[in-house]
Amino acid sequence: MQQALPDKNGHFGIFGGRYASETLIPALIDLENAYNEAKYDQAFKDELSFYLHEYSGRETPLYFAKRFTEELGGAKIYLKREDLNHTGAHKINNTLGQALLARRMGKERIMAETGAGQHGVATATVAALFGMECQIFMGEEDIRRQSQNVFRMKILGADVVPVISGTGTLKDAMNEAMRYWVSRVRDTFYVIGSTAGPHPYPMMVRDFQCVIGEETKRQIMEKEGRLPDVLIACVGGGSNSMGLFYPFKDDPGVEMIGVEAAGKGIETGMHAASISAGNIGVLHGNKTYILQDAVGQVKDAFSIAAGLDYPGVGPEHSHFHETGRAEYVAIDDEEAVNALIFLTECEGIIPAMESAHAIAYAMKLAPTLARDKIIVVNLSGRGDKDMGIISERMGFSL
Amino acid sequence: MGRIGKRFDDLKKRGEKALIIYLTAGDPSLEKTYEMILCLDRAGVDIVEIGVPFSDPTADGPIIQAASQRALKGGTSLLDILNLIEEVRKVSEIPIVLFGYYNPVFIYGNEKFAKRAREAGVDGILVVDLPPEESDELRRHTDAEGIDFISLITPTSDDGRIKKISERASGFIYYVSVTGVTGTKKPEIADVRKDMGKIKKITSLPVSVGFGISTPEQAGEVAQYADGVVVGSAIVRLIEENSKKNNLVEKVFSFARELKNFHFK
Repeated sequence: MQQALPDKNGHFGIFGGRYASETLIPALIDLENAYNEAKYDQAFKDELSFYLHEYSGRETPLYFAKRFTEELGGAKIYLKREDLNHTGAHKINNTLGQALLARRMGKERIMAETGAGQHGVATATVAALFGMECQIFMGEEDIRRQSQNVFRMKILGADVVPVISGTGTLKDAMNEAMRYWVSRVRDTFYVIGSTAGPHPYPMMVRDFQCVIGEETKRQIMEKEGRLPDVLIACVGGGSNSMGLFYPFKDDPGVEMIGVEAAGKGIETGMHAASISAGNIGVLHGNKTYILQDAVGQVKDAFSIAAGLDYPGVGPEHSHFHETGRAEYVAIDDEEAVNALIFLTECEGIIPAMESAHAIAYAMKLAPTLARDKIIVVNLSGRGDKDMGIISERMGFSL
Repeated sequence: MGRIGKRFDDLKKRGEKALIIYLTAGDPSLEKTYEMILCLDRAGVDIVEIGVPFSDPTADGPIIQAASQRALKGGTSLLDILNLIEEVRKVSEIPIVLFGYYNPVFIYGNEKFAKRAREAGVDGILVVDLPPEESDELRRHTDAEGIDFISLITPTSDDGRIKKISERASGFIYYVSVTGVTGTKKPEIADVRKDMGKIKKITSLPVSVGFGISTPEQAGEVAQYADGVVVGSAIVRLIEENSKKNNLVEKVFSFARELKNFHFK
């Protein structure tokens, strides 16, 4: 068994760390200490487990996709149904954890950044649940594209702050959230939605999402009496994939495949594949693979899946890539859309555009494997939010 | 001793405080940045901070964000900035600090950067997102080249951190007078006085105060309690407003003179 990472300064090998301005460092240290205390506190664990179970509806099923498997004619495919969580995606696993931690730390205000709005909705939801004040930073362009989620956040009582700097997408929302946090750091808890940001966020978000992999491990043992051969999950910042992968990291027989967004194609430059096509840099508080130009300016990411539309990736994924523990591949917009439609037709399950990237890769891989092999795909979210984009692509007007 | 240390020594002997002016390199153009640095020197400015534009300036308010975007649109890179400083050094001895974010330096290459910066005549570097926990990978090289590693202390730093930061700092300490980003909030003078007292007990390095100081009156007030005052966004705004006018450089000169005059009081 390898030594547990991150190290005390938040490094995963050469990645991660705490590249943040001094104003935030004391808050990050406080957060780290509070989190380290909470995670060993039975009362905290019980409380989190209560909400995951009673409020979010866990555990989520590990569903054997029989028709999908038969159509592909290869390995058996199980779907981890994170789409059945309250709010429709895995994001709530983490926001419940962080909101409970915020409450424990005596902070009454929470804030978050959001791209497509899923993390924003999950944060606004827990703010409503615990009666906390909530601010969500969202790029102006994303607000335009995701008006339904904006409205959901509003009726949940959150204040949605439009971000006009940069290109008005997730990266800019995160920049603005960090700026705002600097100014309100004494009374505000910043709920980061992915395994990104400065230490301790990549570790903490991972831990809160590990419930996905822990359940999967138990469920597959019950159903198959053995561990799966392959895990597949989409990777934007990387929280759903890390949540699935991490509990299996010391099981050498389990292959892990992270699926990045190739957007309009890696060769077009319009993609979000930080590991597949980026290089090492420092963004939003950690060292990791990022999309950047030759002189270190960060590029805009592009994907049909707004939740993958981020020019960086969680530092632990970079570490898994560097050490070869996980493999990273890329799926383009068209493949993902086709996968969404195919799964919907076979199983009556409409996956989120993000999760459809993982489905698409499973569709490529499964037929190449023997029928006794087992693949688990993380179905991280449901596709209702994407109906506008899909209908537009298929020529329907809603 | 480098140009920065020497400047603070000279000022101390004369009982004066340092006026430090920030400019975003390449806004409106590198040629204008060159002219403005020389005009600041003539105006009696003690140190110039040259902002290296970055795509994601998380510690900056809207004014410097916009300036960075303009500079990047114009194609300004770290290499161009180092070449510019080399040109300045042919005609001026004004101490120069590079101010920016880590990624452009990291991509340039830490060792290569430190060598080139020293050759070009850079005296100090301030990297906003390199706290002491992460700074060794760069300062190993900048120390070797004799470049000062200017470090930030903020209102949220406790005594333990002030000690940790100042033990490893050189040149001067940059005290961020507000919990916020550049050019947005005004510092409370009573807080500055209190915090400066706290910092001065821990370090003997000169301490300069910045973020949110925009008028000669404010600068003068803060200077009573500090060894230096940094004015950034106010100058950058002035540059933005006058960037297309022929008298841009003269306007910057007069504002710097006005600040420096208040400073002497």
